[in-house]
Amino acid sequence: MSDTTTRPDLWKEDLVAGEGLKELTTLNLGPTHPATHGIFQNVLTMDGEIILETEQTIGYIHRAFEKICERRPFYQITTLTDRMNYCSAPINNMGWHMAVEKLLGIDLPKRVEYMRVIIMELSRITDHIICNTIISQDAGATTPFLYVYQWREKIYEIYEEICGARLTTNMGRIGGFERNFSELAWQRIRGIVKDLPAVLDEFDALLVRNRIFMDRTINCGPIAGERALQYGFTGPNLRAAGVDYDVRVADPYSSYQDFDFAIPVGKSGDVYDRFTVRQEEMRQSLSIIRQALEKLDKISDKTTFRADVPDWVLPPKEEVYNDMEALIYHFKVVMGEVEVPVGEIYHCVEGGNGELGFYIVSDGGRNPFRVHLRRPCFIYYQAYPEIIKGGMLSDAILTMSSMNVIAGELDA
Amino acid sequence: MPAFTIKAERDQLVTDRLTGLLGADGFTHERLYDTLCFTVPKEKIHSTLAYLRDELDFNFLTSLCGMHFPGLEKELGAVYFLHSMRNGHRIRVKTYVTLQEAKLPTVTDLWPTANWMERETWDFFGIQFTGHPNLKRILNMEDFPAFPMRKDYPLEDPTREDKDNTFFGR
Repeated sequence: MSDTTTRPDLWKEDLVAGEGLKELTTLNLGPTHPATHGIFQNVLTMDGEIILETEQTIGYIHRAFEKICERRPFYQITTLTDRMNYCSAPINNMGWHMAVEKLLGIDLPKRVEYMRVIIMELSRITDHIICNTIISQDAGATTPFLYVYQWREKIYEIYEEICGARLTTNMGRIGGFERNFSELAWQRIRGIVKDLPAVLDEFDALLVRNRIFMDRTINCGPIAGERALQYGFTGPNLRAAGVDYDVRVADPYSSYQDFDFAIPVGKSGDVYDRFTVRQEEMRQSLSIIRQALEKLDKISDKTTFRADVPDWVLPPKEEVYNDMEALIYHFKVVMGEVEVPVGEIYHCVEGGNGELGFYIVSDGGRNPFRVHLRRPCFIYYQAYPEIIKGGMLSDAILTMSSMNVIAGELDA
Repeated sequence: MPAFTIKAERDQLVTDRLTGLLGADGFTHERLYDTLCFTVPKEKIHSTLAYLRDELDFNFLTSLCGMHFPGLEKELGAVYFLHSMRNGHRIRVKTYVTLQEAKLPTVTDLWPTANWMERETWDFFGIQFTGHPNLKRILNMEDFPAFPMRKDYPLEDPTREDKDNTFFGR
């Protein structure tokens, strides 16, 4: 037996001397791997467990939304938007509706705007529930994924009651909603507001001061605030890095200026901060919903659910069959033969992942001339190689799930 | 001071400073809904954007997208969405190029986030960004034969023969 195998003090030198034997491994992380939660390919060059280089390939579920938008009437594009970030589809739907309303110059009644706020905050909660439970799942804690996830289910039941669909909702119309919320929907919304805080507290109690979770996530995948801004981060990921930018406050839409809420910020932009920022945002969302319910209680009108825009909303079927006027509007809406001004607008909303922007160029025709979708995932996912460089493979998995990269939004 | 007053002041300030930089004839501007849009010749686009970033605090590149207007002399365009977060102020800067000379300087040196946005614009509109570190297709496959967001590219796969053109149009 040689000296190097029996004498541990020589081992280290032996490794340095064996530099020529050092091999770099190429590892295909994805495209379809359960740990990536979506179709992302990352070709990693690794030295043992340490990631040196990352080559990203995206576009596996590219569906050419921007091109399809050029051939669809405005109201038909809603169904495309909810296939972007399918974890918070109503925000996308309503973002698109608000963009078109801005182009058309439609003002909404306060009641409709508050109803929209409720739905958008509910979907923010579902988005954050998905992201945070998946973080815990990837960190090795399965309980939240099974337990807290059922509250997402309960919120989907609200969607179901309001629009009939659960995941790809196509909720609302240009100018408001397709119908008033039923009594059951209101009951369920009030139920969520009442019950969810206790669940969030339990979720917090499981993880936030949990030694194992803290060791696993603190300083895992950090990014500095300045660098995050250079990379175009928005949403919870940017706020976790300590920049308090939130579209709801910076450019209030849908009457967000009427609400009183805080913007939670983190400090180091690591997985732990992203997790805690999302946890706190869910509480803020609940507070916004509570305020919206109070404001709605004060509004005596309980029947308005859309602005008066017959050009954009299908009239009720009984009227279509019995009333000439309604039949004409029905035709106009279905064929998309309505007046649209020439112009261009950019409207952005705070989506689940950040600033979700819609840029519409209209030439006055039945379809938009050009639609550009600013998808927050697409823009911040390019920072991923830099964030995981020099880290461990398992940290890379956790970082990806904490960034909440949604394949549908990434590839559009 | 109400937000819209600050915004109007900022709009005026940016217009004045760009007039100083490019001359009154060097650019055009128009107000489209709530946002001021500037059109800058492509030779000046990089220096203008650098000036806007460094002197006028537009620290954030919200997005960048291509445009195609068939029939115009300069068919292709690029739109830069700039945002000054400290002032809550957004503007758009546009520039146009011809099909034959579809080249623009990269702005990845100003905003690293432009990397993928420029790759997307190259992928879909065929605008080359000179100086880009890794200009290749991003959402379409590597050997895709066309620039699909151009208006002359049909929405449906042009190689299909099983569909009638009469009603659906290509």
